[in-house]
This record gives sequence, structure tokens and C-alpha cells, in this order.
Amino acid sequence: MDDFRDRRASGSTADERLAELFAFLRRRVTGEYEVDEFGFDPELNDKVLLEALRPLYRHWFRVEALGAHNVPAGSGALIVANHSGTLPVDALMLQVAVHDELGRPLRLLGAHLVYRLPVLGHLARKSGHTLACPEDADRLLRKGEVVGVFPEGFKGIGKPFSERYRLQRFGRGGFVASAIRAGVPIVPCAIVGAEEIYPKIGDIPALARLLGLPYLPITPLFPWLGPLGLLPLPSKWMIEFDEPVRTDEYAPEEADDPMLVFDLTDHVRETIQRQLDVLRLRRGPAFPPIVL
Amino acid sequence: MNTHTPGEASMTRTVLVTGVSGHIGARLASALAADPEIDRVIGVDTAPPPSPAGGDGAVPGRIEFVRVALRGPDLVDVIGDADVDTVVHLSLVSGPAGGRGDGSGGGRPAMKEHNVIGTMRLLAACQRSATVRRVVVRSTTAVYGSSPHAPAVFTEDTEPVEVSHHGFARDATEVESYVRGFARRRPDVTTTTLRFATLMGPGVDSPLTRYFSQPVLPTVLGFDPRLQFVHEDDVVEVLCRTARADHPGVFNVAGDGVLLLSQCVRRTGRPVIPLPSPAFRLVSGLARGARLVDFSPEQLSLLSHGRAVDTTRLAAELGWRPKYSTAAAFDDFLRSRGGPGDLPRAVVDWLADLVRPIS
Repeated sequence: MDDFRDRRASGSTADERLAELFAFLRRRVTGEYEVDEFGFDPELNDKVLLEALRPLYRHWFRVEALGAHNVPAGSGALIVANHSGTLPVDALMLQVAVHDELGRPLRLLGAHLVYRLPVLGHLARKSGHTLACPEDADRLLRKGEVVGVFPEGFKGIGKPFSERYRLQRFGRGGFVASAIRAGVPIVPCAIVGAEEIYPKIGDIPALARLLGLPYLPITPLFPWLGPLGLLPLPSKWMIEFDEPVRTDEYAPEEADDPMLVFDLTDHVRETIQRQLDVLRLRRGPAFPPIVL
Repeated sequence: MNTHTPGEASMTRTVLVTGVSGHIGARLASALAADPEIDRVIGVDTAPPPSPAGGDGAVPGRIEFVRVALRGPDLVDVIGDADVDTVVHLSLVSGPAGGRGDGSGGGRPAMKEHNVIGTMRLLAACQRSATVRRVVVRSTTAVYGSSPHAPAVFTEDTEPVEVSHHGFARDATEVESYVRGFARRRPDVTTTTLRFATLMGPGVDSPLTRYFSQPVLPTVLGFDPRLQFVHEDDVVEVLCRTARADHPGVFNVAGDGVLLLSQCVRRTGRPVIPLPSPAFRLVSGLARGARLVDFSPEQLSLLSHGRAVDTTRLAAELGWRPKYSTAAAFDDFLRSRGGPGDLPRAVVDWLADLVRPIS
């Protein structure tokens, strides 16, 4: 996190910053930078992608991140969060929160749809994310990375506005099995605020099917205002990391015990739901009275 | 030299190398011939090696060359007559163009015939042989395919999401299945299957090295695949080690790390044209028709989705890691082709000089 703030705060001279910029450009045009085996490009992520998201994080959604101390420093962890908002803006904001509060990259496990798309799929890889599959999850956790998942998937992000802050079903609990195999803690995480950015009040399923999308939303602004309708509403956000659920007391083989996996999945899900209810009250109204 | 070497490994006396006229085959044969523990190196191929020393049948040093088609019936005699104990099978043709003049210039059917039927014949001969104790087969990481729906990093146990339907990868998949069958029938013979990543190096001539040698590089718009290379020196070293001692199993062989296609292209310093996928297909189809660059469908999917493999199993088995990382292998290749173009770097330096006096 400090890389960014230091540059503003500390009195590094314009010359030094310029030299740094050109060194950066030189590395970029000659391809002399490192990318990990998943295609993660830390330099591009820190210096360009996150930088572009920060105004949205700080000034548009005014995100408050709480409980960062619950994510273990320097070792692997699996962050499990609720998913909402029609478009995965919550994933991007969680990425900024983990980077700026913990100084570590967040490695999200994303839907197949993302990796089928040009530009988006490869941009997701460059910012450290990969496909949600057990092989990749295990590999990242074994390497001691902070991995993030949204077990609700499209059921969560695409739910109608009337069902906001109601957690959907949690898939098959594959994420719990991965955490047990790697012996890393599961950190439940509640994201409040994303539900209000694109209130989904309708759906055009026929057109969505035609385009191969899981849903095609109707919001108060979309599609009526065209591209302007893609502007997210400036809701107030809070992201809270709860106390970690330990998995190191189980043997790795117990990942194959469906009963244990289901129990843990339910426990994590209930924790996040409880957390959401409390955090939502604490945040108060999504918009300042003047807006609504 | 090798800490894992079991006692019987020193029994290696006579090695048969198929595809000896290829670049890697020739290098491996001379490396083995230089090893005092190996009595004889017999190289077979459909065409004589392009050796400066000349003479058919007597190639540099102690390598005996036998001109024989793998898919023909003569191979059994060669293996039987020479009491071959180790077979290194390199003779896989990766493209139907038959660029290296090995008699496979009959298009795709001839390539398949050479790869699959040739391997079956060779394995049949090995199964008959009373002397063969070790078989090393060259395969490719292309057997995993390239797909946006596959895990990011393949281990040897990963089942490919979509079984490859295209040329070389399909041949390699079939070859591997025959090798597994052979290993089942002759459990007393040590079989090693090596899945090599894309070969890179000064002497390598492959669809991808030809691609990177073009003056302008077309890429697929919106795609930036992860690529992995293995340097030819490391390929020869791995083949030597597996030919000299028992290392049963299937192993991925690749340099450490990955390079994105965009990084490779920037390192070449050449101009890029990102083309939308249909246009890319059209252009590469034309290039293929004109025999400029050979772009098979599997090359196209590699250049869209990329592929990376895990190499810990090989490192654990051999107690050795490739000398060249993926990036080092690529840089070595670039150096051999006249080095990277310096224009982009020069532009940045020029800009830096331009701006400095102002600030």
C-alpha cells in the first residue's frame, strides 16, 4: 500500500519520479518484467490497474475496510465473500482493499465466463486472478497466497434487488475442501454497498441466452440511458474481514469427507450472513439523503 | 554424475537413437558417443544426418548411422543384431510440411503414418527384443491442449479438458498411449516419457521459432497467452540423463517461469499487429498456404490461450533443474538471430532525454 502513498507524501523530487517513470516505461517496452505462472503481472497491477481503481474505491464508494488483522500476514488464507452488484465491481474493490490494507495481492478464483472473453480474461490473469478450479485453488494456497472466492457465483451477483443482502446457495463447497487440503484458514468477509450500485429490477432472459450471458439486467438506469446507465450508483461501502475459521486441525484427507465439508460450508455461510446483517445496520443508508 | 543412478544403470552399452538426423537427435547422439561408459551409439533416420564429416554410415565420432524407415520392417533386425539395450525415440514430426526432408513430405497422412505407425513398429521391435531394458520417448506438452477452461498449470496427472483433435498433439497423445501399453506388457523395461515444452535455442527450427523470426508479428487481439520454452541444451541434457539411468514415468520438461506472448514480442523489438481472431485465422491460413509460416490449428490455439506446466516431478527425479529459464532460453534464441531490435528502447531513451531538461 505504501508504495502509492509514499510517492505522494514523501518529498521525492519531480526528477526522481520522472526517472522512475522512464525506468518503468523502458522495462515495459522491452518486456523485462516478471510474470508468475498464472500470468500475474505485479508491476502492471500495482502501478496501473489498481491505480485506476483507487479513485472509485476512495471517492466514489468511500470504501471502509475493517478487520484486516483477521487475515494472517505472510501465509496462505482463503477469503470467502458475498457476491452482488450485477457486475463484479465488488471483486475489484475487494482486490484494492486487500492490497491497500494488507499489502498483498488478492488472487481471485473467477467464473469460466470471464476466461472465455477476450481482453477481460487476460486482464484478469494479469491482475492475479485465475479460473475457479480445484487445481488452481490448491496451487495458489500451497504457495501461501491470499485467495478469494465468491461461492454464490452468478446466483449471488445476478440476484434481483429485492433479495439484496440475502446470501444464496454456496455451490458444492469446493473452496472448503481446498482450504482443508492446504491447511489454511478461511476468512469470512462481508461486503456491504455493492448491492445498490446497479439495482437489478428486471432481466431479459431471452436476449441473455442469445448472447450466452447468465442474465441481462434491467436497472433504473440501464438500458434506458445507454452507456451512461453503466455508471454505478455511488453507494457507501463497507468491507469487513471476520475472525478466521481454522482448518489446520483437520488432516488433508478429510477434504474428502463430504459431511465435514458441508458443515464447514454452512458455518462459513451463516457467519457471513450474520456479519452482513450487522454491517448493513452499521453502515446506515446506502446513499446520502440528498441523493434519494 | 547422477545421484539416483541405480546399480544396473551402468549396464548401458548400446544406445539406439531414432530421428538422429534432426537437430536434437544429432546433438544427443554426439553427447552419448562422447560418454566413455557407452560402447555404441546407433542412429536411425529416414535421411542421413546433415553432417559435415560426410560419408554415409560413418558419422562423426563413433555414431553408426542406419538409414531405415521406422514404419518399415527393417528395424527389428537393427535392434536384434546390435544387442541394443537403450532406445531413445525422438523421431516425431511436428508438422506435415516435412521441412527437414525426412521423407515425410506427403502431408498429414504421411506425418501420422510416420509418428504413430512408426512408434508402434518401434515398440513392437522393443517388445520382441531380449536385450532392450530402457525406452525413452519424446512427447510434447501439447498433449494437454490449450484452453481457457483448463487449470492454469498442468501437472503430469492433469487430464486434458478437451482431447486434442489436431495433428501433432493428437499424434503425441496416441504415441503416449502406445507407450503405456508397451510399459504394461513389458514391466521389466524402464519406460520414460518426456513431455517437452516448446523448444527454443539457436539451432531450433519450429513453427514458433519461425513465427518469432518474421519481420512483423501478428497476434490475436485481446489474447495474451502464457508461453513456456525449454532450451535445446537442457533438452539434450535431460535426454542424456534419462538414457543413462532408469527414471521411469512421465515428466514435463520446461524452463522455469513463463513469458507472456506480449513480453516475447517486446523482447524481439519487432512491430506487432493485433488482429481480431477471425482475421488472424485468415492471415495465418494465407501464410500457411504460401509456406511462409506453418500455423496449424494447435499453434493458433496456443497463441490464443497459452499453456504452462509444472516441472517439480522432473526436478525431484533427476535432482537437477534446467539451466535456462523460459526467459533465458528465449533471449538466447533472440541473440542467435541477430539480437532484439532496439527501436522501442531507443524511443524511450530519446523521450527521457527530451523531457529531462524541461523539468
